[in-house]
Amino acid sequence: MVPLWMYLTVAAALFCIGVFGVLSRRNAVAILMGVELMLNAVNINLVAFWRYSETGTSLLLNGYAFTAFVLIIAAAEAAVGLAIIITVYRNRRSVIPEEADTLKG
Amino acid sequence: MGEFDLWAQLPSVLPEVGLTALAVIVLFADIYGSIATRRNVVFVSAVGMALLALVPLIWVPDPAQFENGVLLWGGMVNYDPLSQIFKVMLLLSGAVTCLMALGDKGVGDKGEFYLIVIVATLGGLMMSSASDLILVFVALETLSIPLYMLASFRRGDLRSAEGGMKYFLYGAFASAIMLFGFSLLYGFAGTTNLGGIADAMSGGFEGGLVAVMAALVMVVVGFGFKLSAVPFHFWTPDVYEGAPTPVTAFVSVSSKAASFALLVRFLTAVFPPDLAIAGVMIQDFWVNLLVVIAIVSMTLGNVVALRQSNIKRLLAYSSIAQAGYTLIGVAALQGMDDSLAVASVSFYMFMYIFTNLLVFGGVILFITATGKEDIKDLAGLNRRSPWLALFITIGLLSLGGIPPAAGFFGKFFLFQAAVKSNLVGLALIAVANAIIALYYYLVVIKVMYVDVGPDDEIPVGIPRSYAWALGITASIVILLGTIAVTPIYNWAALGASGL
Repeated sequence: MVPLWMYLTVAAALFCIGVFGVLSRRNAVAILMGVELMLNAVNINLVAFWRYSETGTSLLLNGYAFTAFVLIIAAAEAAVGLAIIITVYRNRRSVIPEEADTLKG
Repeated sequence: MGEFDLWAQLPSVLPEVGLTALAVIVLFADIYGSIATRRNVVFVSAVGMALLALVPLIWVPDPAQFENGVLLWGGMVNYDPLSQIFKVMLLLSGAVTCLMALGDKGVGDKGEFYLIVIVATLGGLMMSSASDLILVFVALETLSIPLYMLASFRRGDLRSAEGGMKYFLYGAFASAIMLFGFSLLYGFAGTTNLGGIADAMSGGFEGGLVAVMAALVMVVVGFGFKLSAVPFHFWTPDVYEGAPTPVTAFVSVSSKAASFALLVRFLTAVFPPDLAIAGVMIQDFWVNLLVVIAIVSMTLGNVVALRQSNIKRLLAYSSIAQAGYTLIGVAALQGMDDSLAVASVSFYMFMYIFTNLLVFGGVILFITATGKEDIKDLAGLNRRSPWLALFITIGLLSLGGIPPAAGFFGKFFLFQAAVKSNLVGLALIAVANAIIALYYYLVVIKVMYVDVGPDDEIPVGIPRSYAWALGITASIVILLGTIAVTPIYNWAALGASGL
């Protein structure tokens, strides 16, 4: 069986890629993609921890349930976020937050 | 766990159930109702939330009643006085927000605005009583996602849409970081229950100190964002300036109050005073972290507020500073006896909610009447509308901490808690900051009462719903600073004892 630390390393790497994406991308949609990567890293973490804990073979599904909630809420968040980004695009034909400088920041 | 007794457990979530029903009613009334019905949606929402605020006062939790401590619904919900006090303030702030939105064109005339406010309040209520990582996360997002929508509610307005986008991007980033911290905590403990995590970590934990610290810092990042504490405050001025003003009022109080309730519970439950990993006291670490964040938030908020010309941006930086003050109370949780600190945070949030709603309500009214947002435009407000000027003055004095307004006792309890917890230096820095803050609050008051503006003769009228909203909040602010301080503080202290 693959040891736990391998899953955790993948999750940590994915999380770091996500953070890098958020910090380095200028396009709002790309930033949202970075956030989604971070959430997927969380999901890998949760499922791996659940499977390897002593509850992993029992009926206690808390890690699983947590993952399901993360997926659902990530979808809701993306829906609202994309709607907001489209609103900004309609107003100024650009989705780059740095160029959105009507507000002083 | 024993038998599941619905009638014994129901009161703990009754306000949430009521809010959900209210949301459904508002939704259907808005979609299928006639024009006359839709016009009344605002009153249904405001009165409904105000009535639901009575529920936690009528069904007072009695911990002796439950064998499993105060944890209900399978350990998901905390039923204690602390959650009740925060539920009351969140519901009242939602009700006042609805009244304030009424006259706002493009915001208050849309029924879905009230629906979103109700759902956001629901999230805040769940946050204040959550005792499980899963519910904490779901509640946080139930509050946050509606707030993103509210911030960008004026779709055609560039500033509103932009503020909403920035709020959303920062918010999603911060909650993803926080969630990674949650996943680590779950991994260390194998349970999602807040109390269970502490038990698991204190009983022979081999995960390593660094990992726990990392999880703790990630969680604090998420909270710091919601509280608009420095260095996670970048969204605050933009969102406050861009969002429709009733939304600004709502964002500044509900998200902050719910987050403080949750932060206090989270830190005391997951990282209790006696938790030591590899010989290092975890509590010392987070107390120091919060002390630094509190000092930086207060100082930066106040200093930057000094040179703002837009009244909404001034209030934004002032609210960053206020978050810093309240964090003093959270940092004062250190030590075994944390009752004073918890009580001071609850009381401060109680008075801050009404104070901020009062100031923002006054400012909303001024902005909708005149269309101007600069401080200098307030000149001569005393002659244009003496009542409005008086309301704003009461609010500003309370924010500045001058008796008889409530802010004085709020700050007094916070500083007292800090001194009791051996954080005298922190209390002194806070006092110095309060003096800086007083300057810019007094400048606004001076502009309203002394300066002469170009349209000095044009009166600013107060519509009836505003008169109610402002009158109620102003009297609460004054009452909290005079006769109501003892009962409310005792209630807050009761909440501390049940933690």
